[in-house]
Amino acid sequence: MVEQLLEKARQSADVAEVLFYESTELPVSFEANRMKSINARESSGMALRIIKDGRIGLGYSTKLSEPGDLDALVESTVESAQFGAEAKFTLPSSYTTNGVTIFDPAVEALTLDDLVALGTTALDTLRSHDSEFLCDVGATKRITRVHLLNSLGGGTAYQKSVVSLAASINLTRGEDLLDVWHYSLSTRAEADPQAVAQRVIQRVEAARNNAAVSTKHMPVLFTPQGFGSTLMLPLRQAFSGKTVLEGASPLSDKLGEQVFDEKFSVYDDGTIDYAVGSSPTDDEGIPLRRTPLVENGHVRTFIYDLQTAGLAGAEPTGNGERSPNSLPAPGYHNVVVTPGDGGTIEDMIGGVDEGIVVEYTMGAGMGNLFSGDFSGNVHLGYKIENGKLAGRVKDTMVAGNSYEALKDITAIGSEPEWVGGSFYTPPILVADLSVSTREG
Amino acid sequence: MRERIEEALKQHTADYVEIRIEETRSTGITYRGKDLEEVGTTTQLGGNVRAAVNGGWGFVSFNRVTDLRDKVSQAVSQARLVGNEKTELVDVPPVQDVVHVSMQRDPFEVSLAEKKQLMDSYVEEIWRTPKIQTSTVGYGDGYRKQYYGNSTGTYIEQERGRVFARFGVVARDNGNVQQSRAGFASSEDYSVVEGRHSDVREAAEKAVQMLDAQPPKGGEFMVILDSTLAGVFAHEAFGHLSEADHVYENDKLREIMVLGRTFGGEFLNITDSGKVSGLTGSFAYDDEGVPTGKQYLIREGELVGRLHSRETAGKMNEAPTGNARAQSYSVPPLVRMRNTAIEPGETPLEDMMAEVKDGVYCKNWYGGQTSMEMFTFSCMEAYAIRDGKLAEPLRGVNLSGNVFTTLENIVAVGNDFAWDPAGGTCGKGGQSAPVGDGSPHVLISKCLVGGQ
Repeated sequence: MVEQLLEKARQSADVAEVLFYESTELPVSFEANRMKSINARESSGMALRIIKDGRIGLGYSTKLSEPGDLDALVESTVESAQFGAEAKFTLPSSYTTNGVTIFDPAVEALTLDDLVALGTTALDTLRSHDSEFLCDVGATKRITRVHLLNSLGGGTAYQKSVVSLAASINLTRGEDLLDVWHYSLSTRAEADPQAVAQRVIQRVEAARNNAAVSTKHMPVLFTPQGFGSTLMLPLRQAFSGKTVLEGASPLSDKLGEQVFDEKFSVYDDGTIDYAVGSSPTDDEGIPLRRTPLVENGHVRTFIYDLQTAGLAGAEPTGNGERSPNSLPAPGYHNVVVTPGDGGTIEDMIGGVDEGIVVEYTMGAGMGNLFSGDFSGNVHLGYKIENGKLAGRVKDTMVAGNSYEALKDITAIGSEPEWVGGSFYTPPILVADLSVSTREG
Repeated sequence: MRERIEEALKQHTADYVEIRIEETRSTGITYRGKDLEEVGTTTQLGGNVRAAVNGGWGFVSFNRVTDLRDKVSQAVSQARLVGNEKTELVDVPPVQDVVHVSMQRDPFEVSLAEKKQLMDSYVEEIWRTPKIQTSTVGYGDGYRKQYYGNSTGTYIEQERGRVFARFGVVARDNGNVQQSRAGFASSEDYSVVEGRHSDVREAAEKAVQMLDAQPPKGGEFMVILDSTLAGVFAHEAFGHLSEADHVYENDKLREIMVLGRTFGGEFLNITDSGKVSGLTGSFAYDDEGVPTGKQYLIREGELVGRLHSRETAGKMNEAPTGNARAQSYSVPPLVRMRNTAIEPGETPLEDMMAEVKDGVYCKNWYGGQTSMEMFTFSCMEAYAIRDGKLAEPLRGVNLSGNVFTTLENIVAVGNDFAWDPAGGTCGKGGQSAPVGDGSPHVLISKCLVGGQ
């Protein structure tokens, strides 16, 4: 059907590209300490992108089974091209299918019973630790097949397997609500339900008692998840070629300059075997690579899709990512922060007299990311007193500016961890951030 | 479609089965900076079958709308694997209905060329303002036709429409970057996005004005929220806690959220309605075929109701409210808000201002989030208030607090009222849904402001 649509589209366009995807997903969910539902989701669709008279047209449809459906998709795409943006790129003519392993047959072989067993083990581990826990668990397998083909012969075809396991607990004491979760995501059938449950339990125990914190500046230790949900957010926006092209990135004129602490290096790497963000090519058929964003504090590369690179006069970096119903835009694959010599997270905590640990924040991405300012509610965090965890901090906000904070990093941990299967980072300790709290 | 759905619903062995088939089409036009970025159209056809057996649920979704009966069997057998209790769904009288969308000015009758021309004129308007760094302009319209049938004998065909325009403006002066936004949405009238040039200009000017703003001091302050921000407060701070799916299986939360409990002053009334005409959070029947209505959540300070699906109402022995909503055919419905509002009170804004010695006036918002007991939202525009008077502008003001104490801390509710014209989009459980938020101004005696 991909070739058929491409052929039809080529008759009324100069260049055409078809992206076909098909996914099957089997989520088993447990709510309130028992199995609640089994879902089976199948979806498939085709996105058509064309260039006609130099302009880009776009159409997407999941209605593909009736005669005339493909013609209707071509027709609406051609209509949109009349008004579309001017194309500033040439599609690749090479067809790339290898380079990275992201499919594990063992995932495809997982049965419903296997998924139920994964969820049950996680649930039982949590419940046997504390029968007061109200637990939700989700175990899901997903197989995605992608076929990308353009009229110059370029494209890719691959399948990706993903297993995810998420566990969360709610502990309500009076009007004190504690929600803690952890999840793992991998393209390999390696989900470890006990390990996921243990991470939840560790966090609950660290947060079981509340600790008082006062409104002032203090050291803040970001766990991998905490770092991803605060300090990294402005950087993700600033390194996007689109933000740079608009001149809205505070880094746009800083290529090659040192902006961050020299301990700080970050890469976008789509070539890591079994990482969730890896694939042979991006969504435009450009092979993935390892792109340095920050090396030893120096700004190295911004990420681009083809059109944005064309507009900016920059090299495409293989970062054209899209949801099927929209055009490609710069998107990250796997963001990897280079570990430092800060030791384990316990070592890092041990070095702080008074400070907080931030596990998750809420709302830190809502502010003015362009300026690097962030301000988030500490959804889960702990007080550090004399090198030891002293309980949960509540009703507390942490605020600052990412660029200021990452200019002088106290320590980068030695032990990186995957967050959500596509962000790999160690914990990061920053010396001086504003912490505000409710008094009395 | 009716025959196919009714045929497939025969002879199953489940406690409850429903089938939802949807056809949608939509148009999107986006600009980034001065340039048009994307024009595209989307056509979707898909459906799902959802079944309950002994309290367990099975759900099957698909794009190929064939062999519905096999899909019913699959959903039922999945549900059977799960269930080992009793299915408790609230009784809802069966309905047979056809609901047409009644567009005043139908976006699908307006040519793509005309839509683009209109958006071009807004882009021009934004760029007349100096110090603009970049902007985003987005236009979208959508039409959804849903065919719904369930094993209680309900069969509904329902059309829904939606049209919106959204504007984001970024202003920059040296290293200082500020943004503002505006938006307009309607479920029934394209003209809501027409003639908005002065609103768009105002948003652009606002971003430039905020360049001169200072970050706030962190700490607790008396704050006044404008109607847009107070509306999102009602949604985030209280609305989510009223969604019964969070409550019905959590005994301790049920104790906290017991009907009759006092949450605020007698002047505090919070409602959620699916019946406000023109708002994108309105519809006739929810995605479980339950008629929508207006539900009081807080009346005169007291908790009087909550939002339900068939199951949560059944399990809590409360009346159905029509709040089960799904983002699309590919996912099961969740308990969601519709149009949530703090009802108008009696205090004029001037009287509220006079109360504030050292506080913050907060207007409009970028986003909001909640963890049930805690909420946070970010203000688009804020000003210090000193001795009852507006003082210097503040940037990057994020408000945060505990739901229970903050509701108690509302000391006055304004005599003005407005729905957020932009409409909102709420995310929950990985699904997004259009919602409405509205309120008058409110005065909160103590609220945590994140600062530097």
